[in-house]
Amino acid sequence: MKTTVMLAAVAAAGLAASVASAGTLDDVKARGVLNCGVNTGLVGFGAPDANGHWSGFDVAICRAVAAAVLNDPNKVKFVPTTGETRFTALSSGEIDMLARNSTWTFKRENDLKLTFVGVNYYDGQGFMVRKDLGVNSAKELDGATICVQTGTTTELNLADYFKSNNMKYTPISIKTDAEGKQQFLAGACDAYTTDASGLAALRATFEKPADYVILPEIISKEPLGPVVRQGDDQWASIVRWTLFALIEAEEKGVTSKNLDEMAKGTNDPEINRLLGSSDNLGSMIGLDKEWAKRAIAAGGNYGEIFEANIGASTPIGLARGLNAQWNKGGLMYAIPFH
Amino acid sequence: MSLAGEQPKRAFRLSMLVYDSRYRAYTIQVLFIAALAVLIGWLVNNAAENLARLGITPDFSFLWNRAGYDISMKLIHYTNDSTHGRAALVGLINTLFVSALGCVTATILGVVAGVLRLSKNWVIARLMTVYIEVVRNVPLLLWLLVIYAVFTSVTPSPSEFRGTHPKAEMWFWGSTAITNRYVALPSPEFFRSLGNVDLGIFKVSLDLLALIAVIVAGVLVQRALRRRATRIQEATGRRPATWWAPILCILVPVVALLMLLGFHLDDPRIRGFNFSGGILAPNSIFALWFGLSVYTATYIAEIVRAGILAVSKGQTEAAHALGLRPRRTMSLVVLPQALRVIVPPLISQFLNLTKNSTLAFAVAYPDLGATLGGITLNQSGRALECILLMMVTYLAISLLISAVMNAYNRAVRLKER
Repeated sequence: MKTTVMLAAVAAAGLAASVASAGTLDDVKARGVLNCGVNTGLVGFGAPDANGHWSGFDVAICRAVAAAVLNDPNKVKFVPTTGETRFTALSSGEIDMLARNSTWTFKRENDLKLTFVGVNYYDGQGFMVRKDLGVNSAKELDGATICVQTGTTTELNLADYFKSNNMKYTPISIKTDAEGKQQFLAGACDAYTTDASGLAALRATFEKPADYVILPEIISKEPLGPVVRQGDDQWASIVRWTLFALIEAEEKGVTSKNLDEMAKGTNDPEINRLLGSSDNLGSMIGLDKEWAKRAIAAGGNYGEIFEANIGASTPIGLARGLNAQWNKGGLMYAIPFH
Repeated sequence: MSLAGEQPKRAFRLSMLVYDSRYRAYTIQVLFIAALAVLIGWLVNNAAENLARLGITPDFSFLWNRAGYDISMKLIHYTNDSTHGRAALVGLINTLFVSALGCVTATILGVVAGVLRLSKNWVIARLMTVYIEVVRNVPLLLWLLVIYAVFTSVTPSPSEFRGTHPKAEMWFWGSTAITNRYVALPSPEFFRSLGNVDLGIFKVSLDLLALIAVIVAGVLVQRALRRRATRIQEATGRRPATWWAPILCILVPVVALLMLLGFHLDDPRIRGFNFSGGILAPNSIFALWFGLSVYTATYIAEIVRAGILAVSKGQTEAAHALGLRPRRTMSLVVLPQALRVIVPPLISQFLNLTKNSTLAFAVAYPDLGATLGGITLNQSGRALECILLMMVTYLAISLLISAVMNAYNRAVRLKER
């Protein structure tokens, strides 16, 4: 096995140079910039605009963490990663955290030695077809040709779904959303499958979005969330509790507009602990008192981020659904700030 | 009396390693190797240490786990219940398949284009120049993307073949449909099939083996007949007619065998979203095959042209003086001599074509890079292991092609006596 180690190591010579040390927080502070892995371009979740300014639902998480740690939501270097390179980029230390609609699974967490710090979007895999195909249910897709992005859990779910429903299909494994879009629009596949949120984002970029329907079946659970490397619990806590702070802020009605008002002190002790007007929770994760306040100021609370990037008023037009707060019929549930 | 042999033998001193030019060369080489070893050792050690610290240790056991994904083109039996190892094998076979097809067509196209570029016909020669210069000066990836895009946007979708008055028509008496996903071809079927023989890794059709055996036997018999004809010609000066040999030795037995086995064609029919029955050859393989052949052929054409030009003009003139027509001059005098110049660079073109087949990802062709280096890599997360396996595999393929072609080169090179 030793020789394989050597050969593998030579293959990874590029990887060798830049492995981060254990103290990710210190590294980020010393560097002054947070390296955040994002999608190569999925409108609504993470995409650069014409001026190279990144925005999106996942991007907002990166900005919140940068605001909490570096006191500036713009001190983020966005590293576009593909479905294939994202985890290698993370475990090699090229990026400090990954916020790129990645599904939390057992194998990824334990085999790849990664830590999923939470869920920022509860998704599920769906199908999109042309309206004039006359298909109303995924159960009618027997024999269809289906475009699927390679390097994702999507392929496995697709195979499982067709197997369990005793149907046949032909996969066309495409590399990126852009390529998939071209193939799908050219009619090279009958259906396009990916996470339902991704389908909505993709459809928003079509010339005539109304000609396409997203089928009602959701064939998998896809809890998407930010990821960090295993072995640095403090850093994992920072990213995890930044996410919780955004969710908690929505639950408690703390928004980017009333943030300064609330930070002066309220009757709700939980808000006071969150925003640092009482206690000093930040010091327990290596930050200062106002870390959560800055994180919320970066792009608003979870609900604001959702509405601004992928909500009903945007071209993506996603309903809150499972991603509503726990007390409003959803699954978003921040762990208490005690 | 002072002879060269009597020179006083000087004892070896350490300083001679630097000052004596006889030893200095060794010193430099040893130092260079040592420095190289240290550098490589440092790189390897650094990477190994860092990987160990991240808890990533090489482990190939994932190859025996269930793959769980489907592959659009498979030449051997594969389902999503098969292992990652088998998925890699499917990809490897696809790679070898398209490379082999590409090498054959690229060679044919290249030789034709190379010879025609030297043609005395102005139009043909210039046309070949334009073809070669245009194709080889644009990156292969762009050609593949263009070809694939044209394939998918020009051809009709399978749904257009549906209904009583379909928008698109099938070719060759309703047996073949060219769609924007695949070419649906009739598949050969046998009423009285001999079945398959299971070789463990894959199954081989006995019908196909029988067919190959009959053809090989026919060719051998035909050759023997030709040799006999030559012997008679050398003895008597008259060559007996042998035109009937290929018909009697190959065609008749093949037709007889096919009839015996109950050969028929199963036409593809549109059913639901897609065609069923027949063979559905995905467009990706045609795009990749076409792209690789046409691109590599331009390089082969230039190699062939160089090889032909390397044969001295006197040879051609001598052949003409002996009354050989231009075509026979080319095939009997020029090409055999040109081969010794052509074959060695041809090897690198075959290697290039095989390695370029990794561009399959551009057209969604499921080659080794798409199965082992793509989906398996992602599902297992074993990036180093997968890339390493791919490197070893491509190295093995390349060395194999190289060995075969070098053996061929030794067979055709000019034997000087």
